[in-house]
Amino acid sequence: MSVRNRRVWLLGASIATGAMVLAGCSGGGDDDTIYVSVANHPWTDAVLANVDEFEAESGLTVEVTSYTEDQLSQQLNVRLNANADDIDVMMVRPLQEIRTFDRNGWLADLTEQAAGDQEWDWSDFQEGPRDSVTVDERVLGVPLATEREVLYYRTDLLEEAGLEVPETLEELEEAARTIQEQNDDVFGFVSRGARAAAVTQFSSFLYSYGADWEAEDGSSGIGTPEAREAYTFYTDMLRNYGPPGVTNMSWPEAMGIFTQGRAAFYTEADSLYTNATDPSNSTVSDTVGFAPFPAGPAGSHPTNVPSWALSVPESSTNHEGAWEFIRWATNQENTLLAQENGVIGARASAWEAEVPDIPEDLAEAQRTSAEVGVGYSHPVVLNVSRARDIVGEPIVTGIEGGDIEAALDTADQAFTEFLAEENED
Amino acid sequence: MSTALTSRRRAPWQGFSDWANRHRKWVLATPAIVFVIALMVLPLLYTVVLSFTDAEGSIQRAFDFVWFENYLSILSDTERFWPAVWRTAIFTAVAVALEMTIGTAVALLLRRPFLGRGVIRVIMLLPLVATPVAVAMMWLLIFEPTVGFANQLLGWLGIPAQGWISDPSTALPTLMLVDVWQWTPMVILILLAGLVGLPEEQQEAARIDGASSWQRFWHVTLPMLKTTVIAALLLRSIDAMKTFDLLYVTKGTGGGSAHEVETLNIYAYALSFDYNEYGMAAALVLLYFLLIVIVLAVLTVRRKEAQR
Repeated sequence: MSVRNRRVWLLGASIATGAMVLAGCSGGGDDDTIYVSVANHPWTDAVLANVDEFEAESGLTVEVTSYTEDQLSQQLNVRLNANADDIDVMMVRPLQEIRTFDRNGWLADLTEQAAGDQEWDWSDFQEGPRDSVTVDERVLGVPLATEREVLYYRTDLLEEAGLEVPETLEELEEAARTIQEQNDDVFGFVSRGARAAAVTQFSSFLYSYGADWEAEDGSSGIGTPEAREAYTFYTDMLRNYGPPGVTNMSWPEAMGIFTQGRAAFYTEADSLYTNATDPSNSTVSDTVGFAPFPAGPAGSHPTNVPSWALSVPESSTNHEGAWEFIRWATNQENTLLAQENGVIGARASAWEAEVPDIPEDLAEAQRTSAEVGVGYSHPVVLNVSRARDIVGEPIVTGIEGGDIEAALDTADQAFTEFLAEENED
Repeated sequence: MSTALTSRRRAPWQGFSDWANRHRKWVLATPAIVFVIALMVLPLLYTVVLSFTDAEGSIQRAFDFVWFENYLSILSDTERFWPAVWRTAIFTAVAVALEMTIGTAVALLLRRPFLGRGVIRVIMLLPLVATPVAVAMMWLLIFEPTVGFANQLLGWLGIPAQGWISDPSTALPTLMLVDVWQWTPMVILILLAGLVGLPEEQQEAARIDGASSWQRFWHVTLPMLKTTVIAALLLRSIDAMKTFDLLYVTKGTGGGSAHEVETLNIYAYALSFDYNEYGMAAALVLLYFLLIVIVLAVLTVRRKEAQR
């Protein structure tokens, strides 16, 4: 090749590279394909296994991308910020994300579709979950799954110790102590201890002590005597009867300790129960019992929250197809199917149906919790992550045996400032 | 002869080709310049703009200019910013110092041929080629306090169980060790390349003069190896300062429940992707950028001095 020819080639190659870079910037949606972004969740496993039925019925193709919960949330943040048009349906957490996403203008208004569809029947959804996805009378999502905090326990250890299932938090502490003293390898109690992750499960303790995240005047509620007692009780339980390294634990780690037979009691969301009863995951699948959340001084007030919903991003170019998919995924039949796989849906009709696969004591605990439960599991604010970090701080200090009163004073003040800032926006 | 050739085969694109030839320096550099401007200069400028605003939630929402408010609030933040600066500095300094020391020692050992040297080299390089996320998850399992291998091993030796990564007071040192495990091979690799290129004569002369092996290392090998050492130091320092995957996978957002391994990188991630406070995050990232540039400048000047 001559020198001149080589120069021409080089020039051509440079231009081609530049063109490819620019071409990489464009993109586009496709009307026959629905792009669905979901979290790994029992609901996803149960319902999306039959997605080819929907494809055959509708003539649409469904592309599912599945993430862990944190990854999904971060993906959505980045992609929606960038106005991505390659997500048509996404799983969102109503309590955590719907209000923020809506304020950012990221969510399509589904009111018309939801209200105008008699056969699909929006009125069949329970009121609490419906409220959680409705902002200023606009429906911004369809609730998929609900969850309540219940008590997981080991029937064999309780029997050996000759104890009844604890009905109050006092009895729970007593039983945890007794069992831990009697068994060398077993911790009395496990639950989440990681700063932000612990907040959602600590909620039930807080409510059952008669406290709440926010006071009536909109200031912080975590400095009240009731809240202080709740914080002290929860952190004492984990410090005295919990496994080492508990401040590092979210549900997968805590569940791991429980399913390996290393803990007697575990407070966690009921939606995760299959992890404990499935023999392929759990060494204690035969000896797991479920009970309603134990009563505190103010009674038993576990969380009862809608945990996931399906929404359509405003930036999607295929709102029609997206609704078609949501309509199918949340119809009575699929809600029931999910329920048979352990995911309690938000449809009233599904609650009335007999579900054979859910353990009897769990079903009973769920019914009780639904009556007395509280509809949120962390401060109801826009910047939930920051709020959870603030109110979770004293939990960590307490578990580590630090000065919990001082930590509560600091957190109380920081949270009041945070709430004042939030209300300015 | 060339004029005859040109006039005979004058194609339509020849004019452009001639122009391109005359300006080939610029023509060939254009894609690179466009690339750098589009992917580095513009985002950087945008970050500077964001750092002066109160942008949060979504970058498409309207925001107000607050000028230096973000910088002031970060610089006066003794709860998370300054501890993160110290953690970044300590992590970098300790990990890199250990990597350089161990790396030099092993490189010197591996310099001379011996039986099985090839095999040892390959085994040693394994941590280097493993994905950091996979490495982090593996160590997380090993260091799990209740059922993990590390504590079982200690148990067999009669040593009480440790908290390792899950205990806030030992998490950072443990993760430094993992970093040393993973990245020392890179230092070895670079130094071995440098050692192989060194002339033998000076060594020979020193040996004849009766210098001990330590004296030969300190007065002959090390001075000649200086530029390579500084190159390795430079590469490892930049990498260690921006370590992210290892810390994030093992301790999550916020660097653990007590922020025990929250370096500047992890804090920047929390501000932007967890809290969605883009203005604050941009200011933090720019301060961080400044820090890296300073360290880089110091090391580069030292390297130039060494080369002289």
